[in-house]
Amino acid sequence: MVYRVIIYSGSEDFYARLSWETMVLKQEKDPAFVKFTGIEKRFGKVVAVKKMDLEIPEGSLVTLLGPSGCGKTTLLRMLAGLESPTFGDIHIKGKRINDTPIHKRNLGMIFQNYALFPHKTISDNVAFGLKYRNVAKSVIKQRVENALETVRLPGVGDRMPSQLSGGQQQRIALARAIVIEPDVLLMDEPLSALDENLREDMRREIDNLQQAIGVTTIFVTHDQREALSMSDKVVVMKDGFIQQQGTPEEVYNNSTNHFVADFLGHSNFLNAIVNKKQGDLLSVRLEDESHGLAVPAAAFNKGDKVEMVIRAQKFNLGYRADHVPEQGENVFFGKIVDRSYMGGEVSYFVELDNGLVLHAINFVKRSPYRRGDEVAMTVAPEHCRLLKV
Amino acid sequence: MKDKSWKPWVLLSPSLTAIFFLLVIPICFVIVYSFWLRAPSGADIPAFQFGNYAKFFDDFFYPSILLSTLRVAFETVILCLVFGYIPAYFFYKTRSRFKPFLMLLVMLPFWISFIIRTLSWINILGDSGLINHLLLKFHVISSPLAMLYNEGAVIMGLLQYLLPFMILNIYVSLDGIDKSLTEAAKSLGCTEWQAFKEVTLPLSLPGVSAGCLLVFVLTCGTYLPPMILGGPGNEMIANLIFKRIIGTLDWPFGSAISVLLMVLLMVIVYTYNRYMGINQIFKTLSNES
Repeated sequence: MVYRVIIYSGSEDFYARLSWETMVLKQEKDPAFVKFTGIEKRFGKVVAVKKMDLEIPEGSLVTLLGPSGCGKTTLLRMLAGLESPTFGDIHIKGKRINDTPIHKRNLGMIFQNYALFPHKTISDNVAFGLKYRNVAKSVIKQRVENALETVRLPGVGDRMPSQLSGGQQQRIALARAIVIEPDVLLMDEPLSALDENLREDMRREIDNLQQAIGVTTIFVTHDQREALSMSDKVVVMKDGFIQQQGTPEEVYNNSTNHFVADFLGHSNFLNAIVNKKQGDLLSVRLEDESHGLAVPAAAFNKGDKVEMVIRAQKFNLGYRADHVPEQGENVFFGKIVDRSYMGGEVSYFVELDNGLVLHAINFVKRSPYRRGDEVAMTVAPEHCRLLKV
Repeated sequence: MKDKSWKPWVLLSPSLTAIFFLLVIPICFVIVYSFWLRAPSGADIPAFQFGNYAKFFDDFFYPSILLSTLRVAFETVILCLVFGYIPAYFFYKTRSRFKPFLMLLVMLPFWISFIIRTLSWINILGDSGLINHLLLKFHVISSPLAMLYNEGAVIMGLLQYLLPFMILNIYVSLDGIDKSLTEAAKSLGCTEWQAFKEVTLPLSLPGVSAGCLLVFVLTCGTYLPPMILGGPGNEMIANLIFKRIIGTLDWPFGSAISVLLMVLLMVIVYTYNRYMGINQIFKTLSNES
């Protein structure tokens, strides 16, 4: 850990002195608090995680997101010490922990099915980790009470896990994991056993708790909404590889490949060929010989085959008859073939004149259109991205 | 709405009928017989008197057999527990593809007659049996070891008969334990052994407790191993009953001993349930899932 000493000079001001005193040992966050280098895991012939490098900053909440079998859980289990890597190193706080047994790693783990000990009371469950850290009994009692208060379940200490609801059990699991003040908190799909509404509450709870105690957290999920809503950094994985990592906004708005663009949200993909440069944008020729403008995600040359990605939410719909062409705007004409009302918004499938079907999502207020309507779909070039094919 | 709560009982009725006619009624007969008188001529005279029960407690010979039966049963339970937990735990932990085959091996003895299995120990433990033969051949010993016709041989016979019951009971219990529980324990600072003590062992107790009870009850009622592998002093209570009823045709006294054994076992099962709380543990576990 690096400590940065900040000294306020020349001021006799009381407040400046106070801040000097409180900030003198201001910690600088370690950008590679957890570090995977060249990590690989094989189960027999199956390669679950392939030559992966990943750094997780101190105090951040990082989500490993991907479909099942992408290696996200394996990566987490290797960090936890439940699996050992075939190749590569894992460092926590700069210390290599490959050969450190799980019980000495000081990690908090949250499981999908809560994994509370059914034969122990809630207090004993929460106190479990402290007991094995030789904490004095009186201290344990206090810390267990504090932990239960932190997860907003004070006074349930004497009950058995089976007497609590699923959401409550998961909060106890959270208390049990944070009470040991772990270096890293690991969560393996902690919300997937809960029902929809509860999941939302619990997600916010975890988010707030993580912010409050500032513990470095790795969260494994296949649910993009969870990943996007609570992470400082999202790591999108597929087939044992990292597809893209970045802030939720980066991976969502600036997806760098087809998989990420397709996996997150609803995207339309149009094949195109690069034509020429127009300022920061590229002009491309689409399959139906029409032209489009888009932001290139990489350097392209004239004639390159590319894929134009447009998020379903970025389209503006209007009646075809009312359409007024505007300079530098991409426009697609077609007929609505399917419409589904989804509460806050309406989802349309529009069949273009060349047979291609595009997906558009509009807010209900701006959506008077019905199935069979002829529409013009416009989208600004900055919302269209060109990806390598 | 019609009350349809009787419907499940239809499914139970064949087995209930069988149990009633083949178990409850014969037991009633035995209870009735236990009060009858036996004439010196050997004839059974219907009566209601407690002479047969008094006879059992008159002579310390009979209660002593009952006590030694309980002792042997207790020893068998302990041995079964030790030798049964280990393979059951192995089955729980192993990821081997031979697991189904190995499980089949546990059941294999059930395919061979109990008598044959018990008799085969004579060929292994006897004076000219396998072990003595090999030891003599390699000059480890000069005269055969007396391994047969003693309590050790009886317990050995009981063990091979009852071990599968113990293994399967414990295994079923272990198999129901969520593996992430041990992982959670280890992540909180337990070594493998501590995690076993804290989590796996306590959660497997319902199986252990059911297995122990089953082995105990079965041992108390068994008479073949002591008859085939035991010596004159190794008689168990069931042998006594067998001798009274089949040997001397003394139905009233044999029945009285049977009733005493049954009552004793019922008391033991009841107390065991009460204090080991199998039902309680089962309840907690079933709520869990």
